[in-house]
Amino acid sequence: KSSVQTIGEEQIQNPYTELLVLKGHQDIVRFLVQVDDCRYEIVFQITGEKLFELHGHTHKITAIAPFSSSDASEENKHLILTASADRTVIVWDCTSGTQVQKVSCFHSTVKCLTVLQRLDVWLSGGNDLCVWNRKLDLLCKTSHLTDAGVSALVELPKNCVAAAVGKELIIFRLTASNDGTEGWNIVEVKRLVDHQDNILSLVSVNDLTFVTGSHVGELIVWDALDWTKQASECNFWDSSVHPDVQPEIKLSQSPNETSVQHLTSDEECVFAAVGKGIYVYNLQMKRVIACQRTAHDSSVLHIEKLPNRQLISCSEDGSVRIWELREKQQLPAEPVSTGFFNMWGFGRASKQPNQTAKKMQENTPMYFLELVGDLIGHSSAVQMFLYFGELGLATCSADHLIILWKDGERESRLRSLTLFQKLAESGDLQIKV
Amino acid sequence: MISAPDVVAFTREEQPEDALCSEPPLPEEYSVPLFPFSGSGANPWAKVAGSKFSRDFILISEFSEQVGPQPLLTVPDDAKVSGAFDLNYFSLRIMSVDYQASFVGHPPGSAYPKLNFVEDSKVVLGDSKEGAFAYVHHLTLYDLEARGFVRPFCMAYISADEHKIMRQFQELSAEFSKASECLKTGNRKAFANELEKKLKDLDYTRTVLHNETEIQKKANDKGYYTTQAIEKANELASVEKSIIEHQDLLKQIRSYPYRKLKESDFHPYEPERALEQADAGCERDAAASDLAEAGETHLYAHAPSYTPKLIKAKSAKCFDKKLKTLEELCDVYFFTQTLDQLYQIERTFRGDVCYLLTEQISRALLKQQRVTNFLFEDVSLLDEKQPENQYGGCRGLGHDDVDGKCLEEPSAPKVVISLGSYKSSVECVPIKMEQEMKDSQESRMSESVTFEQQDNLDYLDADLKGSISSGESIEVLGTEKSASGLTKSESQASLPVSPSPQAGRSKVGSRRTVSEDSIEVLSTCPSEALIPEDFKASYPSAINEEPYVDDGDGGLRFAPKQEDAAEQEALLQVDSACCIGKESPGFLEPLAELGQKPCDEDGVVRIPPQPYREAEQGPRGAFGGFPSHEGASGGLLPPYELDSRYLAGSREVSKSSLDECSDSTSYISSAASTCSDRTPSPARPGCRAGDRHRKRAGQGALRFIRQYPFAHPAIYSLLSGRTLVVLGEEEAVVRKLVTALSIFVPNGAVDARPVKHWVTSPLHLLDFQKWKLIGLQRTGSPGGMNVLHALSRYSRYVSILDTDSKTLRCPLYKGSVVSRLADHRTQIKRGSTYYMHVQSILTQLCSKAFLFAFCHHLHLPISEREPEESVVKRRMNFLKLQLGLANEDIKIVQYLAELLKLQYIQEPGQGGNPLLRFDYVPSFLYKI
Repeated sequence: KSSVQTIGEEQIQNPYTELLVLKGHQDIVRFLVQVDDCRYEIVFQITGEKLFELHGHTHKITAIAPFSSSDASEENKHLILTASADRTVIVWDCTSGTQVQKVSCFHSTVKCLTVLQRLDVWLSGGNDLCVWNRKLDLLCKTSHLTDAGVSALVELPKNCVAAAVGKELIIFRLTASNDGTEGWNIVEVKRLVDHQDNILSLVSVNDLTFVTGSHVGELIVWDALDWTKQASECNFWDSSVHPDVQPEIKLSQSPNETSVQHLTSDEECVFAAVGKGIYVYNLQMKRVIACQRTAHDSSVLHIEKLPNRQLISCSEDGSVRIWELREKQQLPAEPVSTGFFNMWGFGRASKQPNQTAKKMQENTPMYFLELVGDLIGHSSAVQMFLYFGELGLATCSADHLIILWKDGERESRLRSLTLFQKLAESGDLQIKV
Repeated sequence: MISAPDVVAFTREEQPEDALCSEPPLPEEYSVPLFPFSGSGANPWAKVAGSKFSRDFILISEFSEQVGPQPLLTVPDDAKVSGAFDLNYFSLRIMSVDYQASFVGHPPGSAYPKLNFVEDSKVVLGDSKEGAFAYVHHLTLYDLEARGFVRPFCMAYISADEHKIMRQFQELSAEFSKASECLKTGNRKAFANELEKKLKDLDYTRTVLHNETEIQKKANDKGYYTTQAIEKANELASVEKSIIEHQDLLKQIRSYPYRKLKESDFHPYEPERALEQADAGCERDAAASDLAEAGETHLYAHAPSYTPKLIKAKSAKCFDKKLKTLEELCDVYFFTQTLDQLYQIERTFRGDVCYLLTEQISRALLKQQRVTNFLFEDVSLLDEKQPENQYGGCRGLGHDDVDGKCLEEPSAPKVVISLGSYKSSVECVPIKMEQEMKDSQESRMSESVTFEQQDNLDYLDADLKGSISSGESIEVLGTEKSASGLTKSESQASLPVSPSPQAGRSKVGSRRTVSEDSIEVLSTCPSEALIPEDFKASYPSAINEEPYVDDGDGGLRFAPKQEDAAEQEALLQVDSACCIGKESPGFLEPLAELGQKPCDEDGVVRIPPQPYREAEQGPRGAFGGFPSHEGASGGLLPPYELDSRYLAGSREVSKSSLDECSDSTSYISSAASTCSDRTPSPARPGCRAGDRHRKRAGQGALRFIRQYPFAHPAIYSLLSGRTLVVLGEEEAVVRKLVTALSIFVPNGAVDARPVKHWVTSPLHLLDFQKWKLIGLQRTGSPGGMNVLHALSRYSRYVSILDTDSKTLRCPLYKGSVVSRLADHRTQIKRGSTYYMHVQSILTQLCSKAFLFAFCHHLHLPISEREPEESVVKRRMNFLKLQLGLANEDIKIVQYLAELLKLQYIQEPGQGGNPLLRFDYVPSFLYKI
């Protein structure tokens, strides 16, 4: 049932024609964090030069967050917070690569970390939610929530935080404590129980909305101010709207196939990695405007929107694919009558045009996702990637590698530049007229 | 390798003949006798024809004080090599030019015998009757029992080719000096040990004698001495004297001036040096390495087991005892070292002289191409070979900041030393060292011109050969004194330059009469007398008269591989080119004026040959003015002497020149293959392991391009940096193919060679980063499936050559470079020849890549505001129009240029991550 769209070896639009493999990790590389413009993760710089190796945790790292201080008094310090299964959180100094402080008073594994830059505090979510300040003083904490613990945190306006705890979404509010100078209290404000299954992803779209996705494929758009449900796309796999592909769905409808693994958004749309597919949900139209049901051979783990209407996804199958959201010329012969979706193929190569489901309306442009390139390099699941604009793309994988994908042309040019600089430095380059 | 020496062989031999033919017939008595062996259908190039030995060998002889000159051993130690050649006779010959003027023994006015640390002498001898020519290296070893404590030896490199000896004089001299130094060091060690033993004996004897005297004294209270007692006392006295003498000798031998060793240009290899110093410093401490040896063969004073014995104070007469053998005279370790070195020398100088010369020149040239030589050359080989094989004049090449002093330093002391040593036996040759120096300075000024002079010298030299017909004569054709002159001519040896008329005249003038039964010492020293003043003035014209030997490869003809000056020049050149014709083809017009078709290399041809910046020394200066890739055959070509073929369309040019090229080479190779086995062809059994490898690889590559019609895309893959996976079941087949194809693989900036002969595990992305040519096992097992799966997964990064089903999956190739590189109709038969052919084309590619990478305005905007697009456009224009590259060839050059850049900007010491560059291009499946 290999119905994944493939692209040949000729990929004109794929800019990544040079790669650099960074070895150094001994185990699965799970996280890449952009610290500042050109530094990311724990150890690597964009040039591929290993900056630091940070050793400290005894178990796997479960969460990682950059924490840069905007304090004018101090020099611009880049800190990294790492949480690990050994129930500790360590603060690292990025510039020196040293361990700044270690907190080990947790009762459970910290599963997520969020930095509230505005308040200069950070939150750790495990079985309970703790609020810390820069100096690693515990400011306040909630009571024990569940054993499952907080799986995701997102900052909301008005000093609020949304925490995904199992099927529930709990809104907390941070309030300045009455007595202390720097004290904060954390108060549970609201519990939202609209999801049928565990919430896997939580993303803030803008100041007014945030989106959650659950294990059974529900996507709910919430209002960030009053925490009400604005819209929901309950079932991407609604068989009624996809009569043609129903048999297949039945075969493959395992929870993994429908879980919302990752969400990302720009101002207009939410991009959801659902199972093997990618869905584009328009917030204004409140519907899926484009999708690629089987974008990968295996679950899509991470997805990111690029500025140029492109979308990059990575998957357990070890590949990274680049998609472009394209507007489709509406054809008059469109079988609009069949309902809200039409069957329309994506690319020339698509064998099953039916896979393309696109909601369409008479007066709105139709979109589809076209595969413009794929990057094959990892031999195991690609956990995550970071997009550095024209600098390139860094992917990390379970095969212990980080690969930097770069634009070969650009790199070649840069090398020429370096070359002539070096020539000039060594005095070999003297242009005489 | 710059070019094929086949070509050299032909051009070199033909020119003088032509010159002779054109001259009016000479009177009978002056005419040169016909080649004596031509009647037997022998190949006139087979220089060995007249000699009784099959190939060059090294002979060690001794002038024994008991039996006279006798041969001791030959290298290689094979009776077949010397064959019918009379070693005894030849030993007599070479030892009879004994030079020993050094006094060893009791000098007048000195109480004790004095050791003289004699320098070796080096002469070239010719015995035309035997058809043998020899470089003879005389040396003395110390032996306590020998007359005057010295034993004269000589090491001789015997060859049938006089040219070879003459041209390789410097190298031979350097190599043999090293071997000799090693032998002598071992000898000094052994001598010191012997002395110590002797001292112990003497000491013991003295004690015994002393005791006896005491006993006698006590026993005898008569008040007078018996004759017995007087005898004893005398004996005691002589023993005491002997002890003092020997102690003095020991002191002398230990105080051997090692400093001198360092100052001169001898460079004994390092381990020895270390040993030596340990040796000199603490003689009594048994060196660790010696301990083992001490046990087995020799009982040195070091060895605590030595028990002194009673000896007579007066040493026995010479003829009473057996003299020590060479092996006994020398410390075993050093003796084996010396033998190893001699074997190494034999291997190094094996083969035809033009082959050696080409090798040396190309190595010297390659060494200068620091920016590009890593691509297709084994740089480690270059580096390690260079200090060993370098000849004196070229020695400076290794160092960056050599100035004129270097020329003087190595040669001057030697000359001074050896001058004295000649006096005894043969007439002294007046050496004009000062003039020599002046010469070299002159040559520095007139840089590239120098070699002209040298080349003519060359002819003078060649002409001297004409007198070889003398019957029973030994000719000392060259001595060390002529060293510096030789050096120069050597370096130019393979430049085919027709002699100017003046050269012809001087040639005649310098002809000497045949002499009977005499020993002649000739000097090839370029004294002023031999070079008329007006002759020197004619250099510029001589350049124009150079024959243009077009090998038709249509490559770039310009010198600048030398980074700095050349680079600037290149930059300038291209700058102007860029500025003139941003896009219009009009900028090619000035070239058309030169009567040249605006073909590929026009833009660059105009760059005049650049003298090397460090052109102080004759040979080096000459190298500088050398076209980098046309190498020996091309010479300096004025652009307007280009072949008319170049007026044809550029496409045709490449085609026709290709044909021409392959034809000529094929002609040569077929000619070579028809000659007898004794032909000293350049493809003789490899001098080094590397040569054998090259030969095999070349042969394999030839077979590959003949066997597989899709060889071109495969080679293109390799040249453009796309990993080629050779898939097959049989390891031997795959390995062979990988070896064959490896000659096309450019080296990356990383040290390791990017070739992996055999892999059995699934490939990974990292492998493609590291290796550009991989032999992969195909098996039917599940593991094998994994291998194939991985291969198909990464198929976009690789080309796959399946040896079992004879298919190739790789991108399309439509360029023309590879077809020149690997023409399946090529007539080249020898692997090594093909290898050289490949190397020369790859060198051309390198130079193009160099130019491309280092042209400033091809990569950076000329002005601030210039948009990137116009730079790109200029770049493409340059590649297409100026470098004459089409289609995929561009990618090859781009890839090579990228490698050059990476190498250049790589920080020393920092390994750097290998990059994997790739293209998203469709692959095609080729089948036979």
